[in-house]
Order: sequence, then C-alpha cells, then structure tokens
Amino acid sequence: MKALLKVENLYGGYYKEDVVRGVSLNVNPGDFLVAIGPNGSGKTTLLRLLTRVLPLRKGEIFYKDRNIGQMNLKEFCRCVAFASQDIPAGFSFTVMELVLMGRIPHLKRLQYETRRDIEIAYEKLALTDILALKDKRIDELSAGERQRVVIAQALAQEPELLFLDEPTAHLDIGHQVQILDLLKKLNRENNLTIVMILHDLNLASAYSNRIVLLDQGMILKEGRPEEVLTYQNIEKVYKTIVLVNDNPVTGKPNIVLVPGDKS
Amino acid sequence: MRLKIKLIILFSLLCAAMVIGLIKGAVDIPLANLLLKDSQAILNLRLLRIIAAILVGSGLAVSGIALQAILRNPLAEPYLLGTSSGAGLAAVIAVVIGVSRVYMPLAAFLGAVLSIIVVYNLARERGVIADKSLILSGVIISVVFSSLIVFLVSLFGNEAMHEMNWWLWGSLQVYDYKLLLLVTFPVILGICVIYLFAQDLNAISLGEEKAMHLGIDTQSIKKIIILITALISASLICICGIIGFVGLIVPHMMRLLVGPNHKVLIPTTCLAAAVFMILCDLLSRTLFSPIEIPIGVITAIIGAPVFIILLKKGKRIS
Repeated sequence: MKALLKVENLYGGYYKEDVVRGVSLNVNPGDFLVAIGPNGSGKTTLLRLLTRVLPLRKGEIFYKDRNIGQMNLKEFCRCVAFASQDIPAGFSFTVMELVLMGRIPHLKRLQYETRRDIEIAYEKLALTDILALKDKRIDELSAGERQRVVIAQALAQEPELLFLDEPTAHLDIGHQVQILDLLKKLNRENNLTIVMILHDLNLASAYSNRIVLLDQGMILKEGRPEEVLTYQNIEKVYKTIVLVNDNPVTGKPNIVLVPGDKS
Repeated sequence: MRLKIKLIILFSLLCAAMVIGLIKGAVDIPLANLLLKDSQAILNLRLLRIIAAILVGSGLAVSGIALQAILRNPLAEPYLLGTSSGAGLAAVIAVVIGVSRVYMPLAAFLGAVLSIIVVYNLARERGVIADKSLILSGVIISVVFSSLIVFLVSLFGNEAMHEMNWWLWGSLQVYDYKLLLLVTFPVILGICVIYLFAQDLNAISLGEEKAMHLGIDTQSIKKIIILITALISASLICICGIIGFVGLIVPHMMRLLVGPNHKVLIPTTCLAAAVFMILCDLLSRTLFSPIEIPIGVITAIIGAPVFIILLKKGKRIS
C-alpha cells in the first residue's frame, strides 16, 4: 500500500534543542494511528512538525510523494487538517461561523463562502451532531460540544488526513467515548485517515489500528496495539508497573494500573 | 442580507449625524441658509471637521479591531506601538527648538514612525513577532517618551505644555485642508487593506497556530497589519493629535452588537465610529461654546458609560 504521509528521519523542536530526534514513519490511507508516550516525549512537537507549524531542522515529510514544505500552505490545508484540544472562547463566534472558517483553505482572499461551502458546513455540523447548536456562541457551549465544533471545523476543510491533539483531554468518559466513536465512524465510513495523540492507553488500544510509542523524541515501538502495549514496553517508557490483560469485549490489550503503595 | 440592513441603518445614522454636525455649532444655522453665500465659510469649516471626524473615527476604530484580532487582546488600541508618545515628543521638541507651526504635523508623523520602528525592532526575535514582546515594548517606549515629554515641559514651561495638551487630547480643528486631503489617502487605503484581510483576521483571532492550520501565513499577515495600523495612526496624529478610546471602545461596542466576524465587524464599525466621532466633535465645540473642549475628553466621558451599559446588557443577553 502506498503511504499517504511518509516521514523520513525527522528532527526538529524549539530553539537549539531538538525535541523530535530521528522519527521515520509511514501513515497509510485508512489508518487510525495513535501516538502515545509520556509527557515531554515529543508527541505534540511531532504533530506540529507534521502540520508545518514548526520548521524542520532535518529530515523530510512527503504527502503523496510531494514534499510538504514545497506545497502551498492553503493547498496543504485542503489535504491535511488539525483539530486542537479546545477552541479559545475569547472572541464569541457562533458555531456556524467557526465551522465555516474551515472553508478558508478553499477560498480566495475576500471571497465570500458560496452556497456549496455553506452546504458543506451544514453537512459537517450534522455529521458531528451539533446542527442544533449552529447559532449558539462558542462561549455558551460545554467542553464536549466545543470539541465537536473543533472537529466539525477541521472536517469542513475536507481533508484526507486529520490530526488530533488529545481530543478527549477535557472530557468525561461518556464524552470521550462519544468523540472517539465519531472519529472511528468517520475513519470507516468516510475513509478519513486519522493520526492522533492520546494519553489514555486503553482508549488508544480500543480504537487504533496502529500505535506509535514515543520516548525521548524517538519511536520506541510501532505496530498493532497488542504488539506495542506490552507491560515491558510500558514499564520501560512510563517507569510504571502495569498489568496487561485482554479486554473481554474488544479482545484488545487492557492496561490496569497498579498503585505503588499497596498498604 | 442582515448585513445590508445593518449597513443601511448605520449609513442613515451617519447622514443624520452629518446634517446635525453641519447645522449645529456656536451659531445654529438652518440647512437651507447654510447654502447661502454669506455662510459659505462656516459651511466649509464644518464640512472639513465632519470629514476629519469620519476619517479619524473609522481609521482609529478599524486599526483597533485589527490589532485586537492579531494580538487576541481586547486592550490593544491603535497607539499600542508608542505612536502617541512618539508624536507627542516630536511635537514638543519641535516647539522647543522653534520649528515653524507648519512643520508640526511632519514632526509628529516622524516621531510616530520612529517609535513604531523602535518598538517593532525591540519586539522582533528571529524574524518572529511575539505578542507579549510587542505589547511590552510598546508600553516601555511610551513610558520613556512620555517622561521625556514631561522632562522637556518642566525645562521649557508653558509653551511646550500647551502644545503637549493639544497632542495628548486631540482636536478636529482642521488647520490645513491640503493636509487633510493628504492624510485621507493612506487612511482610506489602510482601511481597505485591513478589510481585505477580514477572513485572515477571523482565523488569527482563534490563535496563531489555528490560523496556520487553516492555511494562513500568520507571521506575514501580522507584520502587514502592524505596518498598516501604524501608518494609519501616524497619519491621523498629524491632523488631530491623539484621540483615545475610539479605537478601543467602538470596536468592542460593535462586537457586542454584530458579533466578532470581521467581514461584518469592519464595515459596521467604520460607520459607527464615524457617527460617534461626529457627535463627540459636535459636543466638544458646542457644550461650552465658544471654548472648545478637547475631543479626547468627550470620547472618554461619553464612551466609557455607553460601553459599560452595553457590556452589562450584553452579559445579560448571553
């Protein structure tokens, strides 16, 4: 299978220090890839390098055989979208306005959204189940609703590849599962390739088809959940002892934390 | 289509304000009589003031909107980059060394430009402008220049003091219609260019990274916007001195009324700020006529309560 995104020996970070050090990775069409790793292991930096927010110090990234540094930024954003953890509520845009902003990569300067752009926005609002909220202002929404707006905005870019940085960070377990179910559905039914960061290893195990375990800016292990999520790997990277058994429903690895003080 | 209605309402308000601005003054003259030959001089004077008011109001308010968006800071205002104190200092220096009044606007313009250059370069690091550095550099330069103004005023006394007051509180008294004409071009051009970036400003107001993820070259746009707002405020300072609050309050009022979408916000604010300035100018010249109150005093006294009312009401609605 031909890779959608091909990362070769990537180095980059902030100031003089590289946070990502020698990452090579292929993202295949249809992947639901989850990056895990302890705090400071370079997950977010890797995503920022892959989405052109940070400049690379070394290495190359190809999107469908094209070097992404040589793509026009708007063109790149028509293929690749990024959904952040949250949306700032400083300026109280309405949900519809925010989702329509996802059409910016498709518009020329000063070009107003066409009927088709508005149709697409409606479609994405319906897909993420927030059509009823379209005229609400962002500061009136709950964290779960805001996360859906973030995703709807990214989907309005009509990307083939969607990056997400901890989309479940501020959500309770009910909303976590709702959001990930939604992403899984988009992955399966709309053929959207997904690359995301998650902290929760069990969610990563349950939803992903591939997991990348990062440690100190390098990929320690990459593969199917059962290949990566072994107690040896986890102990090595997280310096924490865990039990790994099978989730009785999904058959995927299930990580159980073991408290250090057992008294 | 709702935008069209809003614009029509605001435009009618502007026309009404212009008519009131023409007939009211130290002497009230009915509209019909204004067109007579013997009131020609008064008509011209008042017309110039109205044009200045429209230009100053829209220029400052739109610059305020643009800076607030790129810095995501509701307190950003057109004089953020130290233009006001730079212009003030240059004007005071000009008085002290005895430069002719004719060159005063030029001195103020150069002072404003100088302060922008200093602030911009202080804030730039590895080709990137960090929001905090920009705001802090602006504040520091303002403080230094303001203290230099006070230093000169304490050495040279009354004359410089008088000049400083004029610059610090502003006036729409147009001394030279050619200068007004000259300033009109950069200001109108600047407003138009900012409007061209309405979509980018929407995206940048969500955060620089988000804007980049929407395909917007954030750093270049920030630099362009800083340059344009600086040009607008430096040009306006030449003709009217420093008029506070307009660039801060009118954009906020309009955000409460029409929302933060810059495609709507910029044109509506342009009109609203023009109306606001015409009315403030009217008050400044009629309240204690024949004494003219500096217009900056009026904008603050009128602007602040209106803003507080809107803020409280806006909170209740949402």
